[in-house]
Amino acid sequence: MTAGTAQDIAPARQGRFLRKALPYLLSLPALLMCIGILIPFFTAVYYSMLRYRLNLPAMKGFIWFDNYINFFTDPKFWNTLKISLIYAGLTVVLELILGLVIAMLLQKRSRVNNFISILLLLPLMTAPALAALMWKLMTNPNFGILSYLVSLIGFPDMKWGSDPSTALFTVVLVDMWVYTPFMMILLLAGLRSLPTAPFEAAALDDVPRSFVFFRITLPMLMPYLLTATLFRLLDSIQQFDIIYAMTQGGPGDKLLVFQVQAYLDFFQATNVGRSAALMIILWAITYFLSNIFIKQWLKLREKAHGVA
Amino acid sequence: MDHTSTFERILRGVLLAIVVIFFMFPIFWILLMSFQTNESILRMPPSIVFTPTFDNYIALVTGEMRTAAGSLQLNFMQNLWNSILLSSVSVAVALVLGVPAAYAFARFKFRLGEDIAFTLLSFRFAPPLLVLLPLSLYFKSLGLTNTYIGLIWVYQLICLPLILWIVRGYFEDLSPDIEHAHRIAGYSWFQTFRKIAIPLALPGIAAAGLLAFIFAWNNFIFALVLASADKQPVTVGALAFVTASGIQYGQIAAAIVLSVIPTFVLAMFAQRYLVEGLSLGAVKG
Repeated sequence: MTAGTAQDIAPARQGRFLRKALPYLLSLPALLMCIGILIPFFTAVYYSMLRYRLNLPAMKGFIWFDNYINFFTDPKFWNTLKISLIYAGLTVVLELILGLVIAMLLQKRSRVNNFISILLLLPLMTAPALAALMWKLMTNPNFGILSYLVSLIGFPDMKWGSDPSTALFTVVLVDMWVYTPFMMILLLAGLRSLPTAPFEAAALDDVPRSFVFFRITLPMLMPYLLTATLFRLLDSIQQFDIIYAMTQGGPGDKLLVFQVQAYLDFFQATNVGRSAALMIILWAITYFLSNIFIKQWLKLREKAHGVA
Repeated sequence: MDHTSTFERILRGVLLAIVVIFFMFPIFWILLMSFQTNESILRMPPSIVFTPTFDNYIALVTGEMRTAAGSLQLNFMQNLWNSILLSSVSVAVALVLGVPAAYAFARFKFRLGEDIAFTLLSFRFAPPLLVLLPLSLYFKSLGLTNTYIGLIWVYQLICLPLILWIVRGYFEDLSPDIEHAHRIAGYSWFQTFRKIAIPLALPGIAAAGLLAFIFAWNNFIFALVLASADKQPVTVGALAFVTASGIQYGQIAAAIVLSVIPTFVLAMFAQRYLVEGLSLGAVKG
């Protein structure tokens, strides 16, 4: 090729510019989305440092960290923290155990097992709010099938979600119904991906089953167990749909978990400052927990994809 | 050699039966309820034997219900339409915006890309109300409250990160050699993207789209905060329905059935990809 004139070089330079700008252009929408999330986020941080009630606009004022400091002496805050932690702890532990048991029952590949796994996906595909409605109908004290069945075995007047002593039990039950399949399919995938050699060797040596389970299966399954647990823990501590649809946080203050409390603070009490501060605290908890997970996971991804 | 004794196999069968009953019973029961009249629903003890009726579904579809006390207007079909509209358009927009971005993240290693991916991923675990509550105030001042545009934009928060994450993984798994060969043959990056990359990643794109649709459909809190009666999807609408109609249990059951059928059907198509999608690729199904 002969030496190019200016006109020959110009298109090449344009091409090079396009090639450099291309990734940025392509990811522009994602960037806008990020900004679209970060703006309300920082607004929330700002609001959390205000005394700001929508129905008392004249009182709006900057109060630094007073909202947070007030939480320390606020029994409602400690109630929220307590209920949220209990709810998250119960649901995650119960779902983990139940999910693992079911996964082990379905471990062998067979047409029946495959069919059952598919059936068990359905609760997970139900909108949690709708699942709560379904259970609300079934636990209706007047005509609910579950109320009836339970009265047959000695609990004649169980009020399920409306009763302070059984409300938590009821929503945890709904949560288990919706989310245990999540644990199950994750752990099932994990179980099926385990190498068969150690198990065959153990079988040849007549190793007792409990040993196989606790010393071989569980350790090898640990990454899946941790992933599943962390996912569910992070989602459970922010649960809104099930509890709101079931009881709106009642009876009384029995089910006022973080997001439900913040919702009521904002829409009932119109207390923007307080609800923002509560959400920032919840965000801090989930950020801390998820960061551990994300950092580990990104490292694993890099290794898997062989980053140059 | 099969180690399981007959006893074990019976035990396994019994346990599985209990499990299946526990998880399937609510769906089965609500389905039954949707074909019952209110009188037979309220009859105690509850029984499986009854004369089925389509009245509940007819009432929902025609938007009108004759009760002993007179006619009641129902607007559940509007909720159903809202769900269909919001979910499909949000996913379509998210795919158009997200697939090229996922390609960029996969093929070009650039710092901004890593930052964006990390931010979006970390917000997957953040409480929605943190963003929704200030957003509701912004929407009010921008006049976006209770508009489809506003809702579709906010639904991107649900769909876009999911699509970015899953599709990026699929692009990363594709060897770039074919694309390089195509480029050397003289085609532009866009033609390569359209003719080579997308078709090869289509399973992943389809899976991401299906999952995003399911999550958008099942969403409750976004619409609760940012939508009012005429734009509410079925999740919020069903709850409002219960509050408004109080005792029309048959119609409530029918409304629930109509609301969950779409995600059930889609799940059947997407089940192979569900494990991957739900764990954001942490676990391959």
